[in-house]
Amino acid sequence: MTLAQKIEERFFKVLMILATYFILFILAIIIYSIFEKGVKSISWEMLTQIPKGGYYYGKDGGILNAILGSLSLATGATVLAFLIGLPVALYINVFLIRNKKLVNVIRFLLDLVWGIPSIVYGAFGFMLMIFFGIQTSLLAGILTVTLFILPIMIRSMDEILRTVPIGLMEAAYSLGSNKSETAFKIFTRQSISGIITAVLLSFGRAIGDAASVLFTAGYTDNLPNSLMEPVATLPLSIFFQLSSPVPEVQNRAYASALVLTLIILIVSLFSRGIGKRYHKTKINF
Amino acid sequence: MSDNAKISIRDLNVYAGKSQILKDVNIEIPKNKITVILGPSGCGKTTLLKCLNRLTDLYPELRVTGEIMIDDNNILQAREDIYKLRQQMGLLSQRPYPLPMTIYNNIAYALKLRGIKKRREIQKLALHYLQQASLWDEVRTRLREPASRLSIGQQQRLCLARGLAVNPEIILADEPTSALDPISSQFIEETFLKLKNEYTIVLVTHVLRQAKRIADNVVFMYLGEVIEQGSVEEVFGNPRMEKTKQYLGGTFN
Repeated sequence: MTLAQKIEERFFKVLMILATYFILFILAIIIYSIFEKGVKSISWEMLTQIPKGGYYYGKDGGILNAILGSLSLATGATVLAFLIGLPVALYINVFLIRNKKLVNVIRFLLDLVWGIPSIVYGAFGFMLMIFFGIQTSLLAGILTVTLFILPIMIRSMDEILRTVPIGLMEAAYSLGSNKSETAFKIFTRQSISGIITAVLLSFGRAIGDAASVLFTAGYTDNLPNSLMEPVATLPLSIFFQLSSPVPEVQNRAYASALVLTLIILIVSLFSRGIGKRYHKTKINF
Repeated sequence: MSDNAKISIRDLNVYAGKSQILKDVNIEIPKNKITVILGPSGCGKTTLLKCLNRLTDLYPELRVTGEIMIDDNNILQAREDIYKLRQQMGLLSQRPYPLPMTIYNNIAYALKLRGIKKRREIQKLALHYLQQASLWDEVRTRLREPASRLSIGQQQRLCLARGLAVNPEIILADEPTSALDPISSQFIEETFLKLKNEYTIVLVTHVLRQAKRIADNVVFMYLGEVIEQGSVEEVFGNPRMEKTKQYLGGTFN
């Protein structure tokens, strides 16, 4: 190795190390500040009560409305997006295998809509609501968030399904499997842990987004009780509390962020557990 | 088609875009014999096998013309259920691709595709095919384990058992021992010799010694063309074509 090569290697190694630790450092600060400020003002009362009159000026109450609202909204949207997304991803990878041009167009379009900011989905959802005469509600929120996470769900599943080896596909067909058997029994099984990860990723996006639910799900201090009523969500709850002039309420915003982070953490650990369970049967190549 | 021919390939041409992979291939494959397709890498052996069970359908860039008669049925024209057609053939690929499920379910999956639904019968037949592929003794206590935990040699025999489970008449094998250790390879070869009474076997290989050991018939291919075909004695003992002599003599270039 010449001196120039040595210097080059050393330079890029240091660059990679710096970049990695810089990112980790920033992430650590974010998580630290959420915990530091959140833990102080989190309380049992906050987790189990709905906001009482004057909550946003420092009076009693909690964010149970937002916790349950976010959970029901994100769960509904994730389930719906999964039911639509898995067939689409399988269709692209199993049925459209002879039409590579169309597949490329579909992938390109999905990547394009992935990049559209969620506020645009919110506005689009709002437009549809006016058209169909629906008011801000859990249902409208679920449908809008479903649209918003669908490209994420489909493309993440798609990337996993693409890694299914051609030899495995040929093996499935050579046994006489038809396309739907190959799709649902072979491709899905082989990719199950990746599919679970895709669902989790989408759930995280669904529960963490504020802009898409702003006009569509609305906000309320009540617990969610009907698909046709508005619901509160954690991101909007954080926003409203942070906008309060009262420092105590601002700290509660961090407590709410902590709750949101913990929900995502729990779902993540849970799905990893499931993924590992299924990983055993996966064939490694 | 001669009387004992199981498969008769006539004027088969395969094109990939502008290049031609197979050129005017004519081959007679006799019933209940091992026919070895021999030739250097890239001579179109694998493509030929894929034509036989219409896996070529999966590749839009391939264009296939000609006739492949199996029992007087031109499978390239077949309008009927192509999935059923593929069950006439068991495929063994270069490296094993077990299905992402348990050892037992690999066989059960194939049996269910064949239309067998009763659990009892599935169990009975799974045992039968695992024995036929000389694998039963090694897996009898671990049927519920994922197939991925088997060694490569065992996986290949599992794939053979799975291929037999759809009740084919023909076994297509594409260099099935190239990824295996010598002992596993020997297992597969011995199994083939046992199976040829019931099945017509088409084996693709570039290993001369393997061809000598188990072939009844030999087809020698080079650059997409059939150079010479005949019984193993004819082709190995007294090759007519210059190319064949060179290949067998190892002076090929």
